[in-house]
Amino acid sequence: MSSETEPTPRVTPGTRREIPHFVAASTSEESFGIDAVRVTERRSNLWLDAWRDLKGRPLFWISSTMIVALIFVALFPWLFTDTPPNNECFLSNSNGPTTAGHPLGFTKQGCDIYSRLLYGASTSLAVGFIVITLTTFLGVVFGAFSGFYGGWVDSVLSRLGDIFFSIPYILAAVVIMSVLSQYRSVWSISLAIGLFAWPATARVLRSEIFRVKNADFVMASTALGMSRFKILLKHVLPNSIAPVIVITTLSLAGAIVAEASLSFLGVGMGSDIMSWGNDINQAQTYLRTAPLTLIYPSAALFIAVFAFISLGELVRDALDPKARAQR
Amino acid sequence: MTATEPLEKSASAVVPLGQPLLEVRDLHVGFPSQDGMVMALDGVSMTLMPGGTVAVVGESGSGKSTMAHAIINLLPGSGLITGGQVLFDGRDLTAMSRTEIESVRGRGIGFVPQDPMSNLNPVWSVGFQMEEAVRANGVATGRKNVKREATKALELAGLKDAEKRLKQFPHQFSGGMRQRVLIGMGLAARPKLLIADEPTSALDVTVQKVILDHLETMTKDSGTALLFITHDLGLAAERAEQLVVMYRGRIVESGPSEEILANPRHPYTQRLVAAAPSLASRRIQASHAKAKVEGTEPSLAAREVLKTTPRATRKTAPGVDGTPAIAVDNLTKVFRIRGGRGESKYLKAVDDVSFTVERGTTMALVGESGSGKSTVAKLLLQLEDSTSGNIAIAGQDTAGLGRRALFELRSTMQPVFQDPYGSLDPLRNIRHTIAEPLVIHKAGDQEFRRQRVTELLEQVALPANLATRYPGELSGGQRQRVAVARALALKPEIVILDEAVSALDVLVQGQILSLLAELQAELGLTYLFITHDLAVVRMIADRVCVMRQGQIVEAATVDEVFDNPKTEYTRELLAAIPGAKLKLTA
Amino acid sequence: MTLYILRRVLQAVPVFFGTTLLIYFMVFVMPGDPIIALFGDKSPNPAVIEQLRAQYHLDQPFFVQYFLYIGGLFRGDFGVSFSGEAINSILQRTFPVTARLAVLALGFLTVAGILVGLVSGLRKGKFFDNSSLGVSLVLISLPIFVTAFVAQYVFGVWLGWSRTTVGSGAPVQDLILPAIVLATASFAQVMRLTRSSTLETMNQDFVRTAYSKGLSRRRVIPVHILRNSLIPSVTYLATDFGVLLVGATITEGIFNVPGVGNTLYQAIIRGEGPTVVSFVTVMVLLYLGVNLLIDLLYGLLDPRIRYVK
Repeated sequence: MSSETEPTPRVTPGTRREIPHFVAASTSEESFGIDAVRVTERRSNLWLDAWRDLKGRPLFWISSTMIVALIFVALFPWLFTDTPPNNECFLSNSNGPTTAGHPLGFTKQGCDIYSRLLYGASTSLAVGFIVITLTTFLGVVFGAFSGFYGGWVDSVLSRLGDIFFSIPYILAAVVIMSVLSQYRSVWSISLAIGLFAWPATARVLRSEIFRVKNADFVMASTALGMSRFKILLKHVLPNSIAPVIVITTLSLAGAIVAEASLSFLGVGMGSDIMSWGNDINQAQTYLRTAPLTLIYPSAALFIAVFAFISLGELVRDALDPKARAQR
Repeated sequence: MTATEPLEKSASAVVPLGQPLLEVRDLHVGFPSQDGMVMALDGVSMTLMPGGTVAVVGESGSGKSTMAHAIINLLPGSGLITGGQVLFDGRDLTAMSRTEIESVRGRGIGFVPQDPMSNLNPVWSVGFQMEEAVRANGVATGRKNVKREATKALELAGLKDAEKRLKQFPHQFSGGMRQRVLIGMGLAARPKLLIADEPTSALDVTVQKVILDHLETMTKDSGTALLFITHDLGLAAERAEQLVVMYRGRIVESGPSEEILANPRHPYTQRLVAAAPSLASRRIQASHAKAKVEGTEPSLAAREVLKTTPRATRKTAPGVDGTPAIAVDNLTKVFRIRGGRGESKYLKAVDDVSFTVERGTTMALVGESGSGKSTVAKLLLQLEDSTSGNIAIAGQDTAGLGRRALFELRSTMQPVFQDPYGSLDPLRNIRHTIAEPLVIHKAGDQEFRRQRVTELLEQVALPANLATRYPGELSGGQRQRVAVARALALKPEIVILDEAVSALDVLVQGQILSLLAELQAELGLTYLFITHDLAVVRMIADRVCVMRQGQIVEAATVDEVFDNPKTEYTRELLAAIPGAKLKLTA
Repeated sequence: MTLYILRRVLQAVPVFFGTTLLIYFMVFVMPGDPIIALFGDKSPNPAVIEQLRAQYHLDQPFFVQYFLYIGGLFRGDFGVSFSGEAINSILQRTFPVTARLAVLALGFLTVAGILVGLVSGLRKGKFFDNSSLGVSLVLISLPIFVTAFVAQYVFGVWLGWSRTTVGSGAPVQDLILPAIVLATASFAQVMRLTRSSTLETMNQDFVRTAYSKGLSRRRVIPVHILRNSLIPSVTYLATDFGVLLVGATITEGIFNVPGVGNTLYQAIIRGEGPTVVSFVTVMVLLYLGVNLLIDLLYGLLDPRIRYVK
């Protein structure tokens, strides 16, 4: 290597020429204080920025309006219909068309479809919310401990998570529900789904915590004498929770689909409980003769799932500065 | 921002001799945003003759890299050239079609990027990526020829056993080696112009020097003109005949290097020259003598903390007995690394290190990456357990301290870390951050904490209304001030500054260094200043320990080390400081 | 690389035992007697029950039963179905059909997903990008049985292009519609993922460096952008395989494809517990195997993993 040359200012051989010395007129800007604080700049942190991004997007307002409406219907279905979903079914109305007071017509059994849809929302959302409570609780506990403490704690918890993750949660729920056939309720279904759906949350949180826990601000707090557990609660978790929120929104949609799938397969809700999945199951035989009885509950299911998935995707984009920059 | 201003028109320097190789004329580059176009370059003009060298100097955000990217039409993201021309060999690059500019890149203009870690594609072998450059520019055709040319280019760039390493992937190369590969790629097609965008700022100084020397030889030999972009004024002056100083998208001064250094005319350049650590030779004096006299006396505010704290155990008036603030004896730290086949390797990160730091003084711990200097900091801060050896903080041996005693000890010693983006919790506002030490140590009530935060903000020269802001709203320098304020909240005796100013621009860096010196004088602080930058050491430290591979190779006063280095390694480090050899009449 | 494979395989061992144990345990602790369930509504002779118990080792402690069962798995014995046919012979009959369906679906979703995602990413904010983003959001939100019915109705009933159920022998042309249905949701996910990783890769330093070397767009896009964007998509396929298995069960059921999924589907709707468990076990083992395989493929795609000692 010819690297040991003395560093001397380099001059091009032969053509020694004058380089003009140019000085720009100095403006007030350059005599500004170095690193001057400009407090008029707009405020910004992760959540503020995300909110600013979300509120400018029409799909956010559409999906959140849909979700609010769904929750309202699920809580108070009787406010929207006088017909009970289940016990005013007359076979004379079988697959009947729209009539006054029954805007969507009737099922094969002669039940009012509109009313069944409204009451079905309660089941779907109840399962959805119970499942995410369960998965978020389990996922955060497992993910936080394995990510933050690492070492053998991580190895044990992660392997455990792998085991649950290796059984696709709908299949697991099918097994549980086909054995639990006498105990069908919103609770048992939610448990069957949630018990195997949490590892996704745990994995996301774990990797996020891995990223955050080595930040200098964590070290600074350790150097201050803050206890490990407090650091986890006060600094690490708040900074790694954003992706958990995203995956929770998405898994709510997943839980709604799972419940509908189980009911569709006949191992979900009993026939006495309204469920879109049940209705789809009942109507599938009449695809040719009465497609509308199949289409209405399918559409309701689609709308609910779409609302939560859109919200989840939007929140994901909003919470990720990198994704925001990509737009 | 306004567009062209009349005075910028005169900026196009008129060069009397010959046809320029590169001529940038009144170049404007903007990035569209919600609030309209943000101008990154606002009328920049410069000229480079064939075989000449120009260094563009500026701090982050000055537009120096944007100019480099704009010349080869590779602006990131949504960046747009909104006006002006880039004449290369008489042809306007901004008006070219995509295929035309593709044929200029590589062949006409080579490019060496900044960060060797991210500029090679991790999924392709180094040979593949080199051959690609050779083939695309028609240097050679046919598998064998291409391979031979690629090997040659790598060898020229100073890569030993290039032929064997062709099959290896970038992650198997060190940073310096990757930079050599990138330089080889930039020069593979023997371009007339090489743009080097901070080619060595991610590397250690000694590696930087070797690589720049080599780059210089290569371009000199082939007569390649060099456009060199750097934040380091000393480096720029040392490596180029012509300097261009940029500030906020404009050129504020340009001309012959020596002349600008000796006689900067623009106020901004004057400040830059004054602040450049590589050119300064004196310690920042913030009424240092005064500090020696009264520095050990806790200030009024400190006494108030003591009054309101339940901890009566705190030693008042430390240092009366003359024990050193930090005494480290035979400190060793061995890390176990899981090796290949289940076996363990041991890495001695800190190897039998001993030193003392007297109260109220600054000790600098200098070393390149992997020297173990940061591990020493973590050991001192009790963030890692030592393998063997002793640490005494303010006369108190830290070995076998109970939980409670360790907790007390922590309030006497606080760190400030390197990364201004990582050292503050982004979700807590400045008040919470600065008050956190008080909360953890249960010092004072709500009102007292509020006052203390205001007082601390004032001490680090930040306005009080910043308290409700979040770290994301502050600049790097401001965040580092907040980190200093947090470190001072408990009135510690010792502050451990782990590369605390390394990530900052020179002017901001100078400012923080002065602040630190003032605080030391005012509060009688003891600093352990950990850095890779020997140049900064001269500005802040009293004594220096030079570390290499876990060991202290030299320990002396700053003057001794700079004027009369005892070991070869220290001499090497000193020689590698950019601009060290420049004779200045300052 | 060998070390990487070895470690990955070793990691799979506890997961294999854990998963099978978990499934076996679920069945063991659940209420209901499998032998009595076997007889449905009829109440059998107690002596017959005892004999059957011994035959199925149900009189043994849990772990003995479990290890007998694991031993069976290693010998390729998955037990006997509700109708008395060996699960093994059912698998031999149905697996080829499912494999055909899976290859069609996987082929479609990877090729189309990656292609559309790449183009979308390269044309960020343009019409193509916006519309494919919108369409993919809708596709992701469609539960697979809804997609299946929509497809059946539109292509089978309305347009009459294809039969709503698959004919005997499951010829490939009959499998096209079910395969597309099966691939839909995953296609949309792969597309979105490829799009965002394309966008991310496009802004990487090494892409700029590739251009600065004088490479043309035609070379940079496949070699430096697409190649690197594949890595997250492949990772996704591994985790998504479980969703595909569930999807295959439902799709095969609805389209009456004579595959493994359909057998499970029929067992579920008829409430044949033991058969359900056997087939779920088969699917879980398949899932573990595919994950292992994809992880090894991942090692091929990413040299940083391959060469880690």
